[in-house]
Amino acid sequence: MSGHNVILDVQNLQTYFPIQGGVVRKTVGYVHAVEDVSFQIREQETFGLVGESGCGKSTTGRTILRLIEPTSGHIYFDGQDLCALDKESMRQKRRDMQLVFQDPYASLNPRMTVRKLLEEPLKTHFSLSQAGMDEQVLWISQAVGLSPEQLERYPHQFSGGQRQRISIARALITKPRFVVADEPVSALDVSIQAQILNLLMGLQKDLKLSYLFISHDLNVVRHISNRVGVMYLGRIMELGDTEDVYHTPMHPYTQALLSAIPKRDPSEEKARIRLEGDVPSPASPPPGCAFHNRCPHCTAACKEQVPESRELSPGHWVACHLYD
Amino acid sequence: MDHLLEIRNLSIELPQGRRKPPVKLVEGVDLTVRKKQNFGVVGESGCGKSITCSSIMGLLSFPLSLGQGSSIRFQQGDGREVEITGLSKAELRKLRGRDISMIFQEPMTALDPMYTIEEQICESLLFHASLSKAEMHDAALEMLRKVKIPRPEQILKDYPHHLSGGMLQRVMIAIALINNPRLLIADEPTTALDVTIQAQILDLMNELRESYDTSVIMITHDLGVIAETCEEVAVFYAGQVVEQSDVNTIFHAPAHPYTAGLLRSVLSLGGAQQELYTIQGTVPTAGNFSVGCRFADRCEHCMDICRNRAPALSEISPGHLCRCWLHADTPKEETA
Repeated sequence: MSGHNVILDVQNLQTYFPIQGGVVRKTVGYVHAVEDVSFQIREQETFGLVGESGCGKSTTGRTILRLIEPTSGHIYFDGQDLCALDKESMRQKRRDMQLVFQDPYASLNPRMTVRKLLEEPLKTHFSLSQAGMDEQVLWISQAVGLSPEQLERYPHQFSGGQRQRISIARALITKPRFVVADEPVSALDVSIQAQILNLLMGLQKDLKLSYLFISHDLNVVRHISNRVGVMYLGRIMELGDTEDVYHTPMHPYTQALLSAIPKRDPSEEKARIRLEGDVPSPASPPPGCAFHNRCPHCTAACKEQVPESRELSPGHWVACHLYD
Repeated sequence: MDHLLEIRNLSIELPQGRRKPPVKLVEGVDLTVRKKQNFGVVGESGCGKSITCSSIMGLLSFPLSLGQGSSIRFQQGDGREVEITGLSKAELRKLRGRDISMIFQEPMTALDPMYTIEEQICESLLFHASLSKAEMHDAALEMLRKVKIPRPEQILKDYPHHLSGGMLQRVMIAIALINNPRLLIADEPTTALDVTIQAQILDLMNELRESYDTSVIMITHDLGVIAETCEEVAVFYAGQVVEQSDVNTIFHAPAHPYTAGLLRSVLSLGGAQQELYTIQGTVPTAGNFSVGCRFADRCEHCMDICRNRAPALSEISPGHLCRCWLHADTPKEETA
């Protein structure tokens, strides 16, 4: 179903945030939010990024849209290096790449009607007549399941699920080809989550979209993604086809993460790999493998060398010394 | 009698000014929690599960109030039954933290940033037990060991901002259990935590339950958490209990269309890329409930009777309660 043309190619992406201290705000260190991340997204594909809070998955998504400037690395969109673009050309480029935010309560301006909210991206990116805008607004509101009379209402008059529909409509009205969906269903109830996921999958088919789908919910990522990358402390530990990764997880972190999903059935017997301790701070990541201090299979090499990502089976990449 | 807590006909009202009648956020809730039982309360946001459980602690805040005829009976440590709704503020304070304690959703905001962990653990000892300072210190240390906190000596001197979310939730559990309460209410205790930390906390709670005589009410929106920890489950929808049974029946033979739909939409998750099962529409808001069944507008099996008459919670098989006309061989209508 998904094409083979690569639409987005991220190479060795790094994003550091400076930590400032003292009276003169001198830089005393860096938060290593994204560390040497590389992956590709093909046309009409959903690539899932999954990981625990603070692992850098959202920062990765935002850096790709250059909402946060990368420290180093390359982002090729359609073969063009986004990092080399100046501000104005990047702004124009965003017509093709959009973002859906997590919290539909915070991402919509409460003083604008839905119609105004939907017209805003059109005004930014196109110069259309009022009739032309009306046509686009009507088209997208139908596509996401909003009725015409709802267009004159304000965000507070909608429930969380409805607001997320508005956010999605806002992202898609410029007809982008690539969408970063940053935890789009995390703030929603279970029964509403399913509606929004179905909507996202339906729109992908109709509008031929590629998604970067960021979530901490392993079940949701499994459901929607063709391929998935597992992040830990700024690095991608394992990357591959969703079913490969979920059926035969190779990295000890992925194995532990998957075994921590609560069981779906009270009678199910589940062996759980227990991880001791907490995720280390990205401001002072441990030397060697980022996971070594929690890993049940830690060896001397893990403490010193950062493992390189290797392709163990076609398309299935793992960064772990166990497979050296 | 092994009933620890009996809630009968509980309703919680939100006044709407003098002219209008109050909105009933929770209506006609009956729950019975037995001794040493793990009781799950599950439902979506706004269904009334949290305020129901706050009312057990007497923690309803203005302007919410209990409706007429609400009764919450609790068996104290000395075997006496008390009616919580009739207690004075001072009596309630004695009950809280000693017989009933609570774990909140966000440990980061539930602890006071100005006090050390030791001071916060000892606060409830200070109030409920007469111990010397050294004894309190030992008790706090012992408790931190029980909840498996590494370097407990050091942690006692730390402030909340020194600890991670998972550690803070362990501290919260230590505070809640230090007086060996008879009932522990856990309001979404793992929702704010990551999956690997959630697994640690759920394991810990299951282990502690073996060594304490405490009943637990687990409030959550996550059916997975229910499957991991509970024996008996009540499903809330729009301020009412719509189904209640033991956990296996709820998961394998749900009777109410809402429970079944909720399970289907969760279980179909993960099967790659198919259309997910969805429950149509949205939860009605309090005050806008229809005269009939509150789930009727979203129900696949909706019949004429559902729109006009409200079903009562009735026993469809021993120990299995359901509020639905589909299962009403002996239809009972709710008496208003």
